[in-house]
Amino acid sequence: MTSLAGLAAIPLRTEGFWTDQGGKLGFAAVAIVAFLAVMGLVMFLADNAPKKGRDVIQLLLFILPAMLLLTAGMIWPALSTMWQSVTSKAGEFVGLDNFVTIFTDPTGQVVLRNTLLWVVFVPTISTVVGLAYALFIDRARGERVLKSLVFMPMAISFVGASIIWGFMYTYRSEGFPQIGLLNQILVWLGGSPYQFVETPPWNTFFLLVVMAWIQTGFAMVVLSAAIKGVPAEIVEAAELDGASAWERFLHVTLPWIRGSLVVVVTTITISTLKVFDIVRTMTGGQYNTSVVANEMYTRAFRLGQPEIGAALAVVLFILVLPIVVYNIRVLRQHKETH
Amino acid sequence: MSAAIAPEPVVDAPDGASSGGKAKRVKKRLTSRTATFFAIVIATLWTIPTFGLFVSSFRPDTDIANSGWWTIITNPSFTLDNYTAVFSESGASSASLGVYFINSIVITLPATVFPITLALMAAYAFAWIPFKGSSWIFVLVFALQIVPLQMALIPLLKIFNYPWLDIGGTFPAVWIAHTIFALPLEIFLLHNFISEIPRDVMEAAKVDGANHAQIFRRVVIPLSVPAIASVAIFQFLWVWNDLLVALVFSGGTIKTAPLTQRIAEFAGTRGNDWELLTAAAFVGTIVPLIVFFSLQRYFVRGLLAGSTKG
Repeated sequence: MTSLAGLAAIPLRTEGFWTDQGGKLGFAAVAIVAFLAVMGLVMFLADNAPKKGRDVIQLLLFILPAMLLLTAGMIWPALSTMWQSVTSKAGEFVGLDNFVTIFTDPTGQVVLRNTLLWVVFVPTISTVVGLAYALFIDRARGERVLKSLVFMPMAISFVGASIIWGFMYTYRSEGFPQIGLLNQILVWLGGSPYQFVETPPWNTFFLLVVMAWIQTGFAMVVLSAAIKGVPAEIVEAAELDGASAWERFLHVTLPWIRGSLVVVVTTITISTLKVFDIVRTMTGGQYNTSVVANEMYTRAFRLGQPEIGAALAVVLFILVLPIVVYNIRVLRQHKETH
Repeated sequence: MSAAIAPEPVVDAPDGASSGGKAKRVKKRLTSRTATFFAIVIATLWTIPTFGLFVSSFRPDTDIANSGWWTIITNPSFTLDNYTAVFSESGASSASLGVYFINSIVITLPATVFPITLALMAAYAFAWIPFKGSSWIFVLVFALQIVPLQMALIPLLKIFNYPWLDIGGTFPAVWIAHTIFALPLEIFLLHNFISEIPRDVMEAAKVDGANHAQIFRRVVIPLSVPAIASVAIFQFLWVWNDLLVALVFSGGTIKTAPLTQRIAEFAGTRGNDWELLTAAAFVGTIVPLIVFFSLQRYFVRGLLAGSTKG
């Protein structure tokens, strides 16, 4: 790999380290200063624009940098990817051939099945556990600390989380001391150690648990904020009417936080569709664990099949599209009614 | 996006006592024994994996290979050797994480400053400079959040590799990519904030003869500091934790690759050397954890304000 060549090239002496790395940090500092200087110049130009047409000049100076970047870096690339998804590697139009390849190829079908499993289970687990936890700790002593504990995984990278869980799943052959907690528990319970990550089809579940572990904190924080918005008077009234805790939750809390629930579920669904790091780090897509986002990367950048990669990116876009549209519509309705 | 409906989170929940009898009764109801029990179970389940990794990273390599981390209760022994090993630049187990750590900093700081500056300017223009098609273009920018960044990777890499640009595999390529991908959400969030500035304040500045550039500098930026802080923290963590953009645009060499990329690669090639992996993972996690625990309030605010990134 290229990094090994790089490794050999780096100086072993510590001064070398600091001149090299100091140079990089200096580069970043210069880049930031230069960027801010350019922006300052833009402001200066806007400030001193000729009176005639000043508004137009100012508008352009404010808005053009961002718009040009978005056009060159998102709009054009997205259109280009769509075009690439219906062409062959040589650039000839092939209609839906690439999509047919994805949907008929056995690997492709496993990828789609796994993606479906992720999309069904990650939002469900995260939202249910996050909501339950938010309810359980609401107004409890030490609520803040209890929240931090479950929320903390949100700050950890997907790569870090994958290693944390990879360690939980570590497998040693029977008879050897187990160093992964889950296999140790299996052994303590009298079972034999199990290869969590390597054994299909259940390994997909053990991978998606990592994403659910991360997203639960997000669900919990948003839903907790929503629960605190439920007026105490309504809860009181329901209680006076003799409603049980479960009934109060079902008929008072749940309808009240419906908007937030939709946001949580849709947001987690979208992140789940796009997440690539977990599969990449834990298995690299081996053992039948690949999902669309990971397969897109593998095909486009590892296997030299950019046209299949482009088609997978379009599949991802099509999967995400209706969820976002639904999300926006619910938000609109919510804004109008509240 | 959830900002529209999720109110400011109550991080410091008021104690039942302070809000009178009503709250006290609510507290009593919701903290029944079963609820407390399940809360503790969930909290424990959610914490143990990280705790196990953290403890293991300080255990001697022979201990890690031969016993579980929970045995430290009966057999405590700790060392910093694993950290020395992952930072060392030579030897069989070297990971040179120091270099990658610097790379992460070099990537993250500009990739946080650039998009916020540009987004702030664009957000101001959308909010306070009336022009034809303003709302139409704003909706378009907002809609760009739908586009998964996977859609942009291949063509953008091609652009970076054009002979007249030729920045593929350099820091500027990673900065620009992160800047572009951050713009739609940041423009949207900052616009939400800036458009809420009272019209009177803007009018007053205008009456004083200030033009847009002056209003932006003297009124908008000072008033937007809390929003800028939230967005900045969120972007910082996003870039620091990113793997995909780094893999595609950094070129993957020790010259430019960030920590995440190195650690992911390490997990692939040294997947069974847990003494190194645990320490490496913790090195990659320490900065986000510090940011998280010291700035949790802003982090939560940023998260509630917008969470459909990528």
